[in-house]
Amino acid sequence: MTATEIEAKASEWIGRRELDSWSEDDNRALKAWLDESLAHRVAFVRLETAWRRTERLAAFRTPMREPARDQRNSGWTLLFRAVAATAVIGIVGAAAATYVMRDNTREFSTPIGGHEVITLTDGSSVELNTDTVLRTHGRFAELVKGEAYFQIKHDAAHPFVVKAGGHSVTDLGTAFIVRNDPNKLTVRLVEGRARIDAANDKGQGAVLTPGDVAVASKGALSVRKASVQQLEDNLGWRRGVLVFDRTTLAEAAAEFNRYNREKLVIADPSAARLTIGGTFPSGNVALFSRVAQAALNLHLETRGADIIVTRPTTTTAKTSE
Amino acid sequence: MVDRSDNHREGASARATGAEMTASEVDLWFAREVLPLESVLMQFLQHNWRNASDISDLRQEVYVRVYEAALERIPDRPKQFVFATARNLLIDRVRQGNVVPIEAASDLEALEVAADAPGPEHIAIARDDLRHLQSAIDRLPPRAREVILLRRIHGLSRNEIAQRMGVAEGTVSQHLAYALRLLTDALYGEFPDVRRKQ
Repeated sequence: MTATEIEAKASEWIGRRELDSWSEDDNRALKAWLDESLAHRVAFVRLETAWRRTERLAAFRTPMREPARDQRNSGWTLLFRAVAATAVIGIVGAAAATYVMRDNTREFSTPIGGHEVITLTDGSSVELNTDTVLRTHGRFAELVKGEAYFQIKHDAAHPFVVKAGGHSVTDLGTAFIVRNDPNKLTVRLVEGRARIDAANDKGQGAVLTPGDVAVASKGALSVRKASVQQLEDNLGWRRGVLVFDRTTLAEAAAEFNRYNREKLVIADPSAARLTIGGTFPSGNVALFSRVAQAALNLHLETRGADIIVTRPTTTTAKTSE
Repeated sequence: MVDRSDNHREGASARATGAEMTASEVDLWFAREVLPLESVLMQFLQHNWRNASDISDLRQEVYVRVYEAALERIPDRPKQFVFATARNLLIDRVRQGNVVPIEAASDLEALEVAADAPGPEHIAIARDDLRHLQSAIDRLPPRAREVILLRRIHGLSRNEIAQRMGVAEGTVSQHLAYALRLLTDALYGEFPDVRRKQ
């Protein structure tokens, strides 16, 4: 066996012992394997030493103590969890709906149209936009859906990692926006630096600097530079507004629909391509549609929760706009 | 963890000199004194051996020889011992002629070991240093990093890791095994910190 093959085998023993059910027979089998040759033992000791060193990573856990595994379901643990949950709500105040999951992961969520600021135990703050679910666990956060603005208390030894859609963003001293849309993740870097690792086969990654807009999807990662103005516009939701600049009606409607239960439906493809600019309160679809109606000469019709947008005179001469 | 881990810790204070060592005492010594030399050993091997595909086997053979010797008696000066072993191994391989010889085989006898060995300040970097661990983890591919962090920081079970990573539960230990191999190389095999200082 080559050194590489022996290493693979030794690492399998460690992986299995760590995670799989491990019996006295397994123990004996491992010992027999170790005694077979010094090469086995040396490879095992080397890998096991590295694995033992990673025990120190437990230092990165949140201050809240994780209950010991064998106590997970005892009454004491349940009491502990209740206390922990109360403490978290205390920290968060009247912010987003929060609960503490089994492993002390905290989950924050906002409803459609919601906007909340949460302060994490390390002093970092995260602003959640509409219809967003964020789970945090120490310096690890998962943006399950929606959008959030992260202002991270930087700690070089404990980088803050945001995961979303399988991609990951690692804080290198940073304020950044992460938006998790179906099939793509957008990261806008506002201050400092962050690294994005796309979840694709090529293992693509990039270090982002202020103004960078990274879009990660299955199989692709692109990075472009946005102007300061664009970046500010993209943060408009923090002030409760949506800022459009030569935005197509289709895109503008999709944005409004993230924030409101009433949905704009652009029923006419030629209307969808019209562009519009301006600053609008994100929760006021009525205002937006009135402005759009007047500026772009549209026809609106309310059907249940939908506002159907059409062009009253769909003349062929106008479609090339 | 098997019971050996406790032996390790006891071995730390009970380490005798001269007497025949038990395996766990040698394990402990090996982890503490030999593994931190790995990056410099790898540089030494790469520098003196042309065929890159032999390097990991050579490293293993050095370790086996060092470990075997330590079972008899713990070497007083680990660094010198490791590099003398490496040098002798290269000489043996050239003489056996069963592998591709290095360019200047005759120079092997004159291999300057001391020059390649790290100074104490470099060794210190390689020792138990949380920042070093962090930087090794940072250099891992995302999936490898994830499985280690989910286990060690988040303390997730096999089932929870499988769900979080979207893999079959039965394959989680293989993911971890692979990640551990990459991590071990990153921790011991490559030390950008050392190279930067040179």
